[in-house]
Amino acid sequence: MQRYTTTAIVLHWLIAALIVGAFTLGLVMTDIPGFTPTKLRYYSWHKWAGVTVMLLAVLRLLWRLRHRPPALPASMPAWQRGAAHGLHHLLYMFIFAVPVSGYLYTLAAGVPVVYFGLFKLPVFMAKDPALAATLKGVHYWLNMSMAALVGLHVLAALKHAIVDRDGTLRRMLPGRSF
Amino acid sequence: MKLRATLAALLATTVLAAGAAPLKTDVAHSSVSAVFTQMEAPVESKFTRFNAQIDYDAAHPDKATARVDIDTASLDIGSPEYNKEIAKKEWFNSAQFPKASFVSTAIKPAGAGKLNVSGKLTIKGRTQDVSFPLSVKPEGGKQVFEGRLPIKRLAFNIGEGEWKDTGIVADDVVIKFRVAAAQ
Repeated sequence: MQRYTTTAIVLHWLIAALIVGAFTLGLVMTDIPGFTPTKLRYYSWHKWAGVTVMLLAVLRLLWRLRHRPPALPASMPAWQRGAAHGLHHLLYMFIFAVPVSGYLYTLAAGVPVVYFGLFKLPVFMAKDPALAATLKGVHYWLNMSMAALVGLHVLAALKHAIVDRDGTLRRMLPGRSF
Repeated sequence: MKLRATLAALLATTVLAAGAAPLKTDVAHSSVSAVFTQMEAPVESKFTRFNAQIDYDAAHPDKATARVDIDTASLDIGSPEYNKEIAKKEWFNSAQFPKASFVSTAIKPAGAGKLNVSGKLTIKGRTQDVSFPLSVKPEGGKQVFEGRLPIKRLAFNIGEGEWKDTGIVADDVVIKFRVAAAQ
């Protein structure tokens, strides 16, 4: 069975790792009580990771628009194809929506993002505490929704690999594994 | 320290009494903020409670005096939880040092609408001589004084313990202020 291109595979796993990392860091940093240097450091790292996801997501979308993904197994029922496409579309939307909501949240909170401490990213919004409170909730729930979708995505991939053994997962894996 | 503060206050009061035109500060149109830099990102926070007394006569700018008192516990850095934290000992220690103050020692005209101000800045019980340019312009029947005063936070012991690490919060802090006052 045909695989995804190497570029698509690298982008997929890089973005996946960054999302898991940024998500975990988000939970850890908001759980640190009080006001500590570690907390501020984690917030910065979280923002840098989020911006990186957003940038890689742009590359990934551009790549996807020019390269058709390899075909799904012929044995796959139509409803599963529909569900897979729907879920993939949703995941693409969340890969953008989550970092964008976080970026808007930090701008509304009055803390611009200086990428890796080097590049000050655009501030196109004034500080607005009321909006920041709203965006905090939006960012949180977008994350939780995305976590649920990623859970489904992983379960579906494992089902194809372990139950169906139809090579669907192998299309996105590097090398000759599985 | 207490004696010096008292003397400074006394001096300010004496000069105020001698001056011709103490202005009435319009707090609603005035602001005092501090720009901190955390991991290279500038973050501006406002002091919500402060008092400014300015004695200024455009005809005799060199006779001007200024005094600003700031409630250190009133710095709003974005969330009530954090605000409580920075009032603690490591940052402003507001329980022991509730006020930060600036008292001018000399104000010199420096061209149209410009003044050079020197004075003593006291934060967390430490006093430093500072000087900075100040602009003054009339606006809607008021005099508006605006300026920026760069300071080093560690010179005032702001951020003790692990906060001394300037890689997280930079040593350089800019105090920005705007005081609107009417005759």
